[in-house]
This record gives sequence, structure tokens and C-alpha cells, in this order.
Amino acid sequence: MNEFTSNPVGKSVPRVAAYDKVTGAATFIDDMQFGPGLYYGRLVRSPHAHALVKKVDASKALELPGVKAVVTGQDVQARIGLYLIDRPVFATDRVRVVGDPVAGVIATSEEIAEEAAQLVVVEYEELPAVFDPVEAARPDAPLLHPDLGEYQVANFIFPEPGTNISEHFKLRKGDVEPAWAGCAAIVEDTFRLPQIQHVPIEPHAAVALWEQTGQVTLWTSSQSPFAQRDLIAQSLDIPHGNLRVISPYVGGGFGGKAGVSMEVYAVAMARAVKGHPVKLRLTREEEFIGTTVRQSLVAHTKIGCDAEGNLLAMETEYYFGGGAYNDYGVNIARAAGYSCTGPYDIPNVKGDSYCVYTNQPIGSAMRGFGMPEIHWGIEQIIDQLADRIGMDAAEFRRRNCVKTGQTILTGMKMTPIDLVACIDKVTQAIGWDDDRRGAARPRPRPSAPHKKRGKGIAIMWKAPAMPPNPGSSAIVRFNEDATVNVEIGAQELGQGAFTVMAQIAAQALGVPYEWVRISAPVDTRYSPYEWQTVASRITWTTGNAVKAAAEDARGQILEIVAEHWDEDVSDLDIKNGKVVSYKSEREQPLQNMVIYGLPNEDFEGWKGGPIVGHGKFMPTYVTNLDFETGQGARAVVHYTVGAQAVDLEVDTETGQIEILKIASAYDVGKAINPDLVLTQIEGGAVHGMSSAFEALRFDEQGRPLNPSLVDYRIATSVDAPGEIHGDIVETPLEDGPWGARGVGEHVMVQTAPAIANAINDAIGIRFNDLPLSAEKVFMALQKREGKK
Amino acid sequence: MATHSITVTVNGGKEYLDVPSSMTLLEMLRGKLALTGVKNGCSAGECGACTVLMNGEPVNSCMVLAVEADGAEIVTVEGLAHDNRLTPLQEAFVEHNAVQCGFCTPGVLISAHALLERNPDPSEQEIRQALVGNLCRCTGYLRIIEAVQAAAERGGA
Repeated sequence: MNEFTSNPVGKSVPRVAAYDKVTGAATFIDDMQFGPGLYYGRLVRSPHAHALVKKVDASKALELPGVKAVVTGQDVQARIGLYLIDRPVFATDRVRVVGDPVAGVIATSEEIAEEAAQLVVVEYEELPAVFDPVEAARPDAPLLHPDLGEYQVANFIFPEPGTNISEHFKLRKGDVEPAWAGCAAIVEDTFRLPQIQHVPIEPHAAVALWEQTGQVTLWTSSQSPFAQRDLIAQSLDIPHGNLRVISPYVGGGFGGKAGVSMEVYAVAMARAVKGHPVKLRLTREEEFIGTTVRQSLVAHTKIGCDAEGNLLAMETEYYFGGGAYNDYGVNIARAAGYSCTGPYDIPNVKGDSYCVYTNQPIGSAMRGFGMPEIHWGIEQIIDQLADRIGMDAAEFRRRNCVKTGQTILTGMKMTPIDLVACIDKVTQAIGWDDDRRGAARPRPRPSAPHKKRGKGIAIMWKAPAMPPNPGSSAIVRFNEDATVNVEIGAQELGQGAFTVMAQIAAQALGVPYEWVRISAPVDTRYSPYEWQTVASRITWTTGNAVKAAAEDARGQILEIVAEHWDEDVSDLDIKNGKVVSYKSEREQPLQNMVIYGLPNEDFEGWKGGPIVGHGKFMPTYVTNLDFETGQGARAVVHYTVGAQAVDLEVDTETGQIEILKIASAYDVGKAINPDLVLTQIEGGAVHGMSSAFEALRFDEQGRPLNPSLVDYRIATSVDAPGEIHGDIVETPLEDGPWGARGVGEHVMVQTAPAIANAINDAIGIRFNDLPLSAEKVFMALQKREGKK
Repeated sequence: MATHSITVTVNGGKEYLDVPSSMTLLEMLRGKLALTGVKNGCSAGECGACTVLMNGEPVNSCMVLAVEADGAEIVTVEGLAHDNRLTPLQEAFVEHNAVQCGFCTPGVLISAHALLERNPDPSEQEIRQALVGNLCRCTGYLRIIEAVQAAAERGGA
């Protein structure tokens, strides 16, 4: 402890665990050692997109030396799910996607488990499959879940039994039909996005141990140790107190390690070989087909404005391709429904958002949670409207974007934000006004004659999408030397949660940042409750809980010292790890007294004792929304907003797109650690850029064509833009710690449409469907040339 | 399955090991020597998380058989820092926040280390090229590039 950082909130202090991560010492799930008793699991997966399971014969597999057990849907008749309990742990009567687990093989080595998995004979009867969400929503489409009406479902999700529609959210505000007549410009179009994958560099892995006593332990790389405990306990009928989930550092999550994906299989398999831990580690191929993906979307959207550029009406239908099971995905469609306008004030709105079962990988949470998908179309239409009425695209957005206190589409008052400031920041950073049509200064030249240069802008909003009342809690414990252990159930995914929580605890306690330790790994036996590390909610919600716990501990300390000095608590403070009196100017170091208390005069007894503070936070103000209109007093806790601008070049000879610069600005309320905010902004911009070129591809039978990192390319070091500029705007949130709100997901939401708008600026061609590719751009250029 | 007795120098220490024919260098380092800083991201030479130095050259250890390492010198991320002192490169990664989840970091560090060993003053393009085989989903790469530049300015790997 050579250097001390006092009052660390707002300072870019070094990241917790960075030392461990650069030396190879940081422990991830696959690095944990379980001894020679460890068994290995392997899943038997369906080769068909949709089929009835007629028979599972494991006899040959069981004969293989080293095989300990085979578990099937007959052994584990259970379903699991977050908002809609629609997913059988193992297929019982039918499979709904290529890769759907039918059985699990447990053996003494990974090699034997893999060999045995191939010996499990499954008889199928193929059924017609459906892949497009619009087709799947039709009444005559092959039905994936005939039992949809019998599934348990959260009270804010509305499936339509007898169809493939697992959620239908309706938003009705004003009256769109008469409003179209007043529009000077209307743009209506259809936009399509494919399924894409999170691609964390760490594959999913889980180890489970089911002891003879009924105690169950699950070690897992997870954003959601507590939600996993809850869902697996319910599914497999384990008392919550008997199920312990331990989660070390997560090697990238992005939503893919939220909720339950493959972890339940490890637990179900461990039950068959009690006393032996069972490890299930997915291959990279299984990552693509056997975890979760971002849902596909077909969006039909129509927006109109008057001649002055005021948005008047919007009508939209979102069909999310939810994949085979929509237990988490239903809430993406709901979030897309109640935020369906994007960050705009539009008086008349008719929105319908559907989550639809398709015979594809399971759609679930991914960074942005529905927002990247809907902004892809909205932000391109906004550009076209501005163009039609002859207004600058940035100015059009300034005029129409949501502002603090406005009544937004669901009827709630917009929480404090400054989106105009974000637009101003990015237009300045990208040199927007230097090169608009009619501007005095010429447009910057492309780097070669066969290249075209263009700039684009896009803005966004996103609210944490979650149940109304997800809770957080925290414990702050002092040690003899006045170092502090902070216990939280929130997880470190790389986003910097542990660092920010340590800063908040230090600030609220009045001790240096370097004195605080975050107790890791998260362990549901010892860590206090946290709903999930999702929704960009941790800085806000867990931050509030840690602040409350620290203030509780601080209060206990001040009471002891006030009594000891015979002073008023209100005259005391804790500064740099010492209690100080502003009245008597006395000082009391925290060392020892935080454990042993303080002696009375002449050592006639003692006062105090070990200091343990606890705190919690749960939003209590979110209300239900009307089923027919989506209207309600408070749809969400708050929104985070932001803007991005892109400067790029298109090579007209090859179709290659080179991103020269991305400028981003987000209103985070208060940057607890400004540099960590900037690293989110930078990483998110590249993630967003990469997502515009990504797609899972399938053949006509629904078999994946590119489940590898060679065939499914993510951005590399040579693809990253030359420059990423980040700006932080700080409009405090009423109930955030020091005004802070989250930003982890927002940073990639509007990158793809900003790129599309820049491409249009460069070559005058719009692309409605993702993914973008050099080939697609080249073919579009060729087509246009041919027409001339 | 046949096993082979091999001698391999790992992070400066000599190891005498019996390895099966099919065992990869990655499996050997993680499974036999508990060098779990070497990460397994794809087992197919596609992500770079398992990058180690083999006789000074960065290799995907998942694509090298353990028997091929007989007689070789291997350096893993665990072999970079000495006596609790980070290398300039590791220090720069911490200072520039070039680490987020940290899963790709060991492989990135090894590739960057190899680059600076052979080219103490690389251009930005050379850094990008040297790291093209190391996938990172969190950082967006620019902080990593900055950190490598900073280490180069400080005198190398």
C-alpha cells in the first residue's frame, strides 16, 4: 500500500485484478482443479431442426469402458426457464433445433465421453421446420410448442397458445391513422437482421457435484450465479439452500452467460454419479449452436414527419426470431415493444413486437437486448426523413430526440438525460459540419480515387430490461488493519464492476481505494444476493447497495467514536481512514478499533465491536403496463442515451468498407471511473462494428454452416478503426450512486446504423439487411452501374 | 496409445515428461504442468488464446503436439514476470487498461512480447499485423496497440 487514492469516485484508478490477469494468475472456470475423481460430460445433440424423439438407446454407449452413466429426458423430466418455462432440460418427446440436447454421457475422460456420445442411438421422426419469424408467426406454420398454454409464465409476458408467438407486446399512443395525412415525408421499409453470437473468447464450462447428502455445488462461468441457483433449484427440485453456485472470473459474457444455458446439464448429469464432480466444457462449435445467440429480427417500420421536421407518427411491427426456446427472449421482444420508437418523441405510435419460435439456436440476452436490432431500421429511416425534407440529419435528431421530463411513449416521464449534448459531442468529434452539403469547407478527400468517403450518425436509448423488482445487496467488513472486504453477488465480466464497487465503498467509507478488496469468487453460499449481472445495471443497483452498506458501517464507527469522545456524530467524519472531528480536531485511526472497539475511560469496559455494514437496493417504483396499450406510470427504471458518428471509406473496386473513425458520446450520469467508461465506449464501438458484418448461416435443413471462428469472423486487430473518440456526458440520475447509470451495453447499440448511414453518404446506397459485406456492397455498386 | 518421454524447457526450468502421441502442447502445459495461464479458447488455432513462445516464436499451442516440443524452449505468460516484477509490456497493459475480461490477455501478451523481441520499434500497422491471430471481444484492440507502443517506447518487451 504505497500509494493512496482518497475520494476515488470520479477518478480513473487502476482496475482490480489487472495484475492477476497479465500474469496468468487469474482463475477462470476451466483453470480450477477438481482432482482424480473428476468425470467428464458430453451432450448428445439432435442432428435435426425439428423432429419427434421416438427412442433413445444408450446400451452401446454404456458398454464402453470408462462410461459411468447416460442421462436422457426419461431420467430428467424437467423444464427450465427465466420468464417462460418452456425448455426441457433434455428433450423428451421432440427436438426443436439442430444441437438440441437429447442425452448426456458421463465418463472418466473427455475422449471416452465423446466416443460414447456417438454410440447413443436416437430414433427421430422428422417434422417440418420453420426459420423465418414472419412465416413462423402465421397460423398455418409448423407448431414448435403445442403445450405453450401450459407453461408457467411471468405475469408481464403474453404468449399466444396455439401459435408460435411466445410474446406479443402492444404499444398504442395517440392515433396514427389521421396523423399520416399531416406528414410531409413518410418512409416505410423492412429491415432484417440475422442471428449472431456473443463469441466470448472463454467458452462455456461448468462443473457440478451432487453429494450423497443432497448438497449440490455448481462451479460455472456465469453472469447470473443467483439466477442460476434459483432456476436450477426450481427445475431439478433442489432446496435453494442446498444448491451452491460458485463463479470465478468470467472470460467475456455479453449476455451469453446470463440466465441458464448449459449449466443445468452439468447438474443433471452430476445427479447420476453422486459424489463425483462432472465437468462439461463446450467446444467452440457448441458455443455457436448450443448456448444462446442474439435473436434475428424482421422489422416493418413506417415513420412520418411534417415539413418542419417534427416527427408525427410511427407504426412498426417487430418479429423477433426467438429460436427453439424463448424463456429469456420473450423479454427482449417486450423491451423492444416499450422502447419501439427509439430515442424519439413521437406523438402517435402503434407498435407490435412479437417473439416467435423458430427452429434455430436459442435467442437470448445479448449486449443491447433488442435495442441494436430495432435501431438498425429506425436510425436509417430517420436519416431518410431528414433527407426528404432537406434537413441536416444531426439537426433532425436534435429536434426530435427525447428530452428530460417529456412524457414518453409508455406514458412515463423521461428520466434526466442530455441526448442533444451527446449529438453535439459526436458531430464535433467527427467534423460533421465541415462537410455537409452546402457547407463552406469541402468534404475531406478519400485516400484514393476509387474510394468514396462518407460520414453517418445514429443515436440510441436503452433501459435496463428486467422484472420490476430485481434486488442487489452488499456487505462491508473491516479487518484489523482497516482494510475492507466488500461482498457482492455481482460479477466481474471485464466491464470493471469490481473496480467500480471498490471505488464506491472507499468513497462512502472515507478510506483509500487501495484498502478495499472485493471478495471473489462470487459464491451464493457467502455472497449476498444479486439478481444478475446484466442490463447494464450493476454500477447503478449494486453501486447503491454497496454505498448503503458502506454508509451503514461508517455510521457504526462514528457512533462509537462520538460516544468515546463525548461529541456529536454530526461533527465527525472519516477522512483517509481516520475519524476526524471538525469540532475538537481530534483524530482516531480506524486500525484495530474497527474490530476491537474502543476502551472506556481508565479501561472501565469497552464499546463497539467488529464492524460489518450491510446494504440493499431494489427499485420499488416500476409499474405494470396495460396489455392493450403498453401504457403505465413507470415502464422502466431509467434510460441511458448516446450518439455515435462514423467516418469511413468504401472501396468501389472491391466493396471493402474501411472504418476510419468512430466518435461516441454517452450520458452516464456520473462516471465513477472515467477511463473504464472510455474502455467500454471503445470496446463497444468495435463490437458494434463487428456485429454489422456477422451472421450465423444455416442450410435449408437448419444445419449451421459456419460454427467456427474461421467461418464466423469477428473483428481482429487489423479491422479495428484507426481512431475511436469517446466523450462522457454527465446528467445525474436521481437514484444512482453519485448520479451514475450504466453504459456497458449502450456502446454498441447504434454502431451498425451509423455505419449504414455513412455508407449511404459515401455511395448513395442503402442496405436494409444485415450482415454487411464487401461482396454485398460491390454487387450493389455493380447493379447501380448496370442500370445507368 | 503410445507415450513418449520428452525433455522440454518451460519458463526456464527443465521438465521430463511422458506424453501420449495425441496430446497437444496446450494440453501438456495446462494438464501436466498446471500452467493454466495458457488459455483454451477454440482448440483449433483460430483464437490465439493459447499462444506461447516455442524457441522464441509465437505458436498456437493447441496446434502443436507435445512430442514436437521435445528439446524446445517454451515460454508461457507465467514466464514473463520475474520476482514479482512485471515486464514493461505487462505494466503497460495495466496502465493503459488494455485488459478487460482477461481471457485473451495471456496470448496477446506473448504475441506482443515476440513482436518487440524481433522489432523493438514497431509501427502501428506492424503491431496490428502481429496481433491479428489473437482475438479479443472486449477491448476493441486500440488500448492493446497503445500499450505495446508504450512498452516499445520504454525499451521493449
